[in-house]
Amino acid sequence: MNHTAQRVVVVGAGTAGGTFAGLLRQAGYDGDVVMLGAEPDPPYHRPPLSKKFADPAADASRWLREAAFYDEQRITLALTESAVDLDPVARVVRTDRGRELRYDVVVLATGARPRPLIAPGAHLDAVLTVRTLSDANRLRDEVAAGRTMAVVGGGFVGLEVAAVARSRGLPVTVVEREERLLARVASPPLARVLAEHHGRRGTVVRTGVEVVAVEGARGRAQRLLLSDNTHVAADVVVVGVGAQPCDELGRRAGLVCAAGGGVVVDDAARTSMDGVLAIGDVTVRPRLGGDPMRMESIPSATEQAKQAVATICGAPPPAPEVPWFWSDQFDLKLKIAGILAPPYDTALRGDPRAGSFALLHHRDGTPVAIETANANADFMAGRRLLASGHLVDAERWADPAVPLRELAFA
Amino acid sequence: MPQITYVLPDGREETVDVPVGQSVMDGSVRNNLPGIVAECGGGCSCATCHVFVDDAAVGLFDEPMTEEADLVEFLEGACDRSRLSCQLIVSEACAGVRVVVPATNG
Ligand SMILES: Cc1cc2nc3c(=O)[nH]c(=O)nc-3n(C[C@H](O)[C@H](O)[C@H](O)COP(=O)(O)OP(=O)(O)OC[C@H]3O[C@@H](n4cnc5c(N)ncnc54)[C@H](O)[C@@H]3O)c2cc1C
Ligand code: FES
Repeated sequence: MNHTAQRVVVVGAGTAGGTFAGLLRQAGYDGDVVMLGAEPDPPYHRPPLSKKFADPAADASRWLREAAFYDEQRITLALTESAVDLDPVARVVRTDRGRELRYDVVVLATGARPRPLIAPGAHLDAVLTVRTLSDANRLRDEVAAGRTMAVVGGGFVGLEVAAVARSRGLPVTVVEREERLLARVASPPLARVLAEHHGRRGTVVRTGVEVVAVEGARGRAQRLLLSDNTHVAADVVVVGVGAQPCDELGRRAGLVCAAGGGVVVDDAARTSMDGVLAIGDVTVRPRLGGDPMRMESIPSATEQAKQAVATICGAPPPAPEVPWFWSDQFDLKLKIAGILAPPYDTALRGDPRAGSFALLHHRDGTPVAIETANANADFMAGRRLLASGHLVDAERWADPAVPLRELAFA
Repeated sequence: MPQITYVLPDGREETVDVPVGQSVMDGSVRNNLPGIVAECGGGCSCATCHVFVDDAAVGLFDEPMTEEADLVEFLEGACDRSRLSCQLIVSEACAGVRVVVPATNG
């Protein structure tokens, strides 16, 4: 692209945008950097929003960078200011404050927003989603008030919130439309272990039922009506049914977008138009060993931030990484790498009942994904296997007498 | 405030003040030094904050927990001076400590 770019405009002050701006300065880029952010806050860590929202001690480590960072790095942070229009020919971004920002390179890092619950009553007070700091603060207050909680959607974010609320003693019901938890993102055996784990701690897990309506009184949610005609009491409802990419800006500007949403990029963060890069949750990106897809994770956002920096500085993009992310559910620290797409076979190492295990999924011995709980060494070993593409012997993986080193460095 | 020296992947050395109670990772991130990525923000999850601690300084930090040791063991280029810098909490005694930041943190 253009390593003599005078001004880089970043649209979106989240994980991807914030990481990108820091890395761009690390790479020695000396021109103007302007970052627009719709939210009132500078970039912060989102993972704690669903894991530590009830924990005041987590507040100290909330920011991606400290406030002084942006001045020190000469990054102009325009908060509570959104881009409303992108003109890729004139190379101008217009904001909701009526400003016009000329750019040489624009980086779209607009992320994603929670998919709304489509049901009567979904607008009621105390029907919440979890994406922003203000969402998490609201959730903290509701949990402190000791409500009865229903979580709609058995994905990672919903289950994390359920675990925290349950740990604080709230009655919690999780309602999942699919026949099992985490249907899109985890293997059946992991989903089973997690359902038991939540169940043993007193969370009611209801699968194979849908929310028909949120019923309330005086504007506030009180209970859910489900598709099997039963009710679930809930004076706070957390909706975790996935996210949609914020790709409107790119779409209107004529960038190639995927049918299911998301700005299409290559492995150098380039979109279909010159001078326009895109990174993070808003993108549909290539990945190792599979079709392009949207990947909502911090490691993916970081990797793409590095790609964008390389592109702007005229360097080759970094070597592709194995996608991975993490989640905490009660005392289980989960880490998952690779992408699960049937068919695959599974080999278990460790003991789910003992709270530490690793599931290695493979296709005829070629590793495709690894899921671990409280098993860091197994995770790292599995990730190595995924990256190398070496065949694995499932029996040896399942045999605790075989040292991990022998498997990982075979 | 203790000063910590970071030997960066390109061989440059940077010495910065790190407040007592903060981590060696914090000192690097705050000053936007290259090499320590810290994706998980210090949660001992991502292992993108790997450093080598000078022999003389090893005893100035708490021993690694199993969680950390298990991550480190399988890192690219790990050795017995390898630590995750988010787990290295700086005390007054750490003044002058040097850490080497590998180029392999992703
Ligand atoms: C509750 C929760 C928990 C998570 N936990 C994990 C985890 O444990 N591990 C993991 O790997 N990942 C986790 N993720 C996913 C991870 O946080 C995302 O992948 C990551 O934040 C993506 O970064 P991003 O910058 O693309 O989007 P975001 O961080 O969402 O940032 C986008 C920003 O752009 C702003 N914006 C949008 N449009 C405009 C506009 N037109 N003008 C200006 N600004 C705009 C938005 O307001 C937002 O602040 C979690 C996500 C959530 C919500
Ligand atoms: S910052 Fe993630 S493990 Fe240290």
